[in-house]
Amino acid sequence: MSNITPNAARQALRACSRRCSASTVSRFTPRAASALGPRGRRNYVSETKPSNATVNVDTAIKADHKAFLNETGKKSKDALMPTTGMSADVMMSPTAGILKQATIMDEGTRPIYLDMQATTPTDPRVVDAMLPFMTGLYGNPHSRTHAYGWETDEAVEQARARIADLIGANPKEIIFTSGATESNNMSIKGVARFFGRSGKKNHIITCQTEHKCVLDSCRHLKDEGFETTYLPVQPNGLVDMAQLEAAMRPETILVSIMTVNNEIGVVQPVEEIGRLCRSKKIFFHTDAAQAVGKIPIDVNKMNVDLMSISGHKIYGPKGIGACYVRRRPRVRLEPIISGGGQERGLRSGTLAPPLCIGFGEAARICKEDMAYDSKRITALSNRLLEGLLAMEQTSLNGDRERHYPGCVNVSFAYVEGESLLMALKDIALSSGSACTSASLEPSYVLRALGSSDESAHSSIRFGIGRFTTEEEIDYVLKAVRERVSFLRELSPLWELVQEGVDLNTIEWSQH
Amino acid sequence: MSLTQATKGDMPYQVRSLYRSLLRQSRQFAAYNFREYAKRRTRDAFREHQKETEDRRIQELMQKGIKELQVLKRQTVISQFYQLDKLVVEGGKTGKQTGEEGSIVRQKDTGWD
Repeated sequence: MSNITPNAARQALRACSRRCSASTVSRFTPRAASALGPRGRRNYVSETKPSNATVNVDTAIKADHKAFLNETGKKSKDALMPTTGMSADVMMSPTAGILKQATIMDEGTRPIYLDMQATTPTDPRVVDAMLPFMTGLYGNPHSRTHAYGWETDEAVEQARARIADLIGANPKEIIFTSGATESNNMSIKGVARFFGRSGKKNHIITCQTEHKCVLDSCRHLKDEGFETTYLPVQPNGLVDMAQLEAAMRPETILVSIMTVNNEIGVVQPVEEIGRLCRSKKIFFHTDAAQAVGKIPIDVNKMNVDLMSISGHKIYGPKGIGACYVRRRPRVRLEPIISGGGQERGLRSGTLAPPLCIGFGEAARICKEDMAYDSKRITALSNRLLEGLLAMEQTSLNGDRERHYPGCVNVSFAYVEGESLLMALKDIALSSGSACTSASLEPSYVLRALGSSDESAHSSIRFGIGRFTTEEEIDYVLKAVRERVSFLRELSPLWELVQEGVDLNTIEWSQH
Repeated sequence: MSLTQATKGDMPYQVRSLYRSLLRQSRQFAAYNFREYAKRRTRDAFREHQKETEDRRIQELMQKGIKELQVLKRQTVISQFYQLDKLVVEGGKTGKQTGEEGSIVRQKDTGWD
């Protein structure tokens, strides 16, 4: 029933087209015949060539130029178009206009990257190790039934061994996670929840300068009935061992103190803390995201029970991290993510082989090149630090001796840190951790050191890494010197200080 | 026997040849930091092992160098596919264009904005 109408339409169409084609044939027959005549080859009226279908840009521009000359009597490049300030050349050809704009940017506009504590560039060797697993070798490492799974599994296990090797652990003690934040959460919440079940142990010790994710995990545990002690730090950023010992109670489960601080780069006395914790049978977790691969670390020498590692801080890919969980004596955790039981049941879910393998390769390179890299980074850091501290009214935040050289946090008195960052648009810097860089609050880490609000506001962190060059450091030094003195020239406070007025004696009028 | 054949099996010749190819390949990195690092690392690695005398060790290091060269060859190509604007420190052609031939062309984007 339904196809009667289409049928009718189709018939009508066919009839029509037949008539049309018939008429065209009759119209063109004589000419076609003549074309066919002498050469015996069928030919169209004009030959088809690819070039006929396209516009030749050069010819078109030349034609435009000729037309312009004829019209105005001037060459188009000499003529200035009214109101635009551009030459007629640019007006006629948009490409020329774009080129004009592009060439102004010739000096290069991309800022220098000096924020290695936030993240590091992915090493090309790491990318090279990852690429096969992003293209051809796509097996699920947990598939035990076919070769695709086996080959990926083997590579993942090799990566795990390399990470374990970097921190002196057994490969079985490495759990892949999505990053150091997850590792921190897993360690702190996992241990607390597992041992809190008995109800006897409910105390955690951490430090005021810890990373946000440690502090926030502890805050969440407070809702579950745990108590937390936030240890203060000394003005040099280090934890006081006597205070730590005093804070320990019989019901303390866990001490969590980071190895290298992400904002000021101080290296905590992890070995002593580990020894103290072991003697009191308290678990010791350390967030070593900023330390692994940069300073030598040995979990057995340091008596660390749990350690968080991040992939993208050691020139590896983002989105991968690891958690070291000691097996002897065994540390038991309650997993946050439950599921298929991968990773010893502590972190279920399919692994990301390219990321794991990239992470493993990054760990291998770090281990191999640690002496070379740290020598170089120390040299660059000294160069930068000498230059910055040679300026007046600048000071290094954190301890000078127990310090990871790749992180230089300097206060420029009487300069607002955020405005200096704005003035240093050509250098990628930060005033603190990336997580808090969106807010204008002064860094809580610097406040914990006892710096004043002004000093915390005027601090900037310089991160030096494997790929930083001497030229970049020199450029940064020059730029910082210029802009700081410029900003200070603007500042009325600086003027008062130059006159010898002590700012603390001034009574500011109330508004 | 031609000269090239005589020197082909020569170890010092091979080492120098590898060194030159590594440096040449390093220069192909489009990204400034990687380029400088590759050049520097090559130079320093060869200088570090300059006094190596043990044949076996030299062989090992050569193998490692050849592997690095392969990585470099692949990664420099990738680096050239995804070029970004130059860094502010980089040398090269500077200043505004003076001629009109449009010889200096640069992508306008400075990353993902």
